Amino acid sequence: MLIPHPLLGLRDAQEFTYLGDASLMQRPDPTRDDAEEAFADYVFLRDNPAGVHRELWFHEAGDRSWLVVTRDTTTHEILGAELASDVKPGGAQ
Amino acid sequence: MTFSGFKVVKEALTGHKGWRPLWRDPDPKPAYDIVIVGGGGHGLATAFYLAHTFGELKVAVLEKGWLGSGNIGRNTTIIRSNYLLPGNEPFYEFSMKLWENLEQETNFNSMVSQRGIINLIHTDGQRDAYRRRGNAMLLAGADARLLGRDELRQMVPFLNYDNPRFPIKGGLMQSRAGTARHDGVVWGYARGADQRGVDIIQNCEVTGFRIEGGAVQGVETSRGYIGAKKVGVAVAGNSSRVMSMAGMRLPIESHVLQAFVSEGLKPTIPGVITFGAGHFYVSQSDKGGLVFGGDIDGYNSYAQRGNLPVVEDVIEGGMALMPMIGRARLLRAWGGVMDMSMDGSPIIDRTDIDGLYFNGGWCYGGFKATPASGYAFAHLLATDRPHETATAYRFDRFARGHVIDEKGVGAQPNLH
Ligand SMILES: Cc1cc2nc3c(=O)[nH]c(=O)nc-3n(C[C@H](O)[C@H](O)[C@H](O)COP(=O)(O)OP(=O)(O)OC[C@H]3O[C@@H](n4cnc5c(N)ncnc54)[C@H](O)[C@@H]3O)c2cc1C
Repeated sequence: MLIPHPLLGLRDAQEFTYLGDASLMQRPDPTRDDAEEAFADYVFLRDNPAGVHRELWFHEAGDRSWLVVTRDTTTHEILGAELASDVKPGGAQ
Repeated sequence: MTFSGFKVVKEALTGHKGWRPLWRDPDPKPAYDIVIVGGGGHGLATAFYLAHTFGELKVAVLEKGWLGSGNIGRNTTIIRSNYLLPGNEPFYEFSMKLWENLEQETNFNSMVSQRGIINLIHTDGQRDAYRRRGNAMLLAGADARLLGRDELRQMVPFLNYDNPRFPIKGGLMQSRAGTARHDGVVWGYARGADQRGVDIIQNCEVTGFRIEGGAVQGVETSRGYIGAKKVGVAVAGNSSRVMSMAGMRLPIESHVLQAFVSEGLKPTIPGVITFGAGHFYVSQSDKGGLVFGGDIDGYNSYAQRGNLPVVEDVIEGGMALMPMIGRARLLRAWGGVMDMSMDGSPIIDRTDIDGLYFNGGWCYGGFKATPASGYAFAHLLATDRPHETATAYRFDRFARGHVIDEKGVGAQPNLH
């Protein structure tokens, strides 16, 4: 698989490490009353769709940026890639 | 029809005209007591034990394709009970015991072959870890033996003992482990279930659940609505997809695992050999092909095919371990979709929806579990209590912090 890095162009997916669902950037608020339950869901439960999936790839052997890659899990076709810092300025909260 | 030596000889002498289909092909009835979704190994084993052991009479198995078209037909067929943790080891040993009696119980040759498994040791730390694992196995009633380098060298002389990065220092041996014929397991359980009245309905995809007042009433399928008092879901790599139709999110990601088979060779490899440090494992099928594989591809996938970097990685591992493998030609490679759970261990539990039960999260290790998984799931469906060896396989273990994490890598499915 080749990942279209927004700054570096097409890069081999082997340069990246995979973290999973991009919704992991939306960390629950730890001060909420139901934070314990919310964190258990956040850490362990996944939508896991068959089809288009937005996911986090870390360019570990490259520029060490985090990307949000949109990929079809039924064909491995990559539909796009953005810098995670553009998707969510300020990083995960 | 019962299989016996006498029957085989009789058919051989009379032109093989007396063989009959192994199971019926019934149309779905309007309703059943128990409907099993998924006609893979686990679903069929569940149906078999429901009818055979728990005396359930009105049971159906619904399979969207043909029997054995899922992971049970795509795996590398290793059976073993060399686990470490208390939540797992007794369960897999229970499974081993069921394997040992499977052919008698189903009157079917599933080619269970206890040719042994060796996990190779490369470091002193790994030897300590395997000694501990071996002791855990012995405590759970399984067999285990630590092999020194010389003894190992006599058993499997063809390994590269002096690999500079991963010199081989010994191994952990489970003699009762081995392989079974994957299709033979499907057919044996299907035939056994059918003979005891289970309706096995192929080409029948479950497309939804009918749930009223928090209780399941039945399933919508490509062959119409089928009512059920209880529904048990055992759909391996499709767990998230199917359970989302009941509004559930699971602690599961779907990942692809590849496997490889070489051309047929003379008997070369006596048992199963695993090279954990290099992510490679190998056995030889009865037809002579070397069957081997390695790691999962590492990202969510429903494609049922892998990518080339893992092919390269697996072959590299094979070459590092047993250089002679480079002389064998590769016949074929394929991928299967597995439901990787968040701790690498399975789930057998009821859900918050009355009458809806779940069996899944088998990762890349569910083939060996087929008999125990079926037995434990049947136990749960019939009695509403977990089987004694499967009490740890609950949904709530994650939230309670009671994960069963054999590798200790945390909630990262692609690392298990
Ligand atoms: C390459 C590879 C190697 C492996 N090697 C080993 C090994 O050596 N040892 C080991 O222990 N394990 C191994 N495994 C894992 C093992 O194969 C699986 O964990 C196990 O087979 C899963 O259970 P099952 O047999 O019931 O699944 P499956 O055979 O996949 O059964 C699930 C069934 O559900 C059906 N289904 C899905 N959705 C629906 C629906 N909506 N309606 C109706 N039916 C549906 C599917 O068609 C399928 O037939 C390996 C897996 C792979 C892919």
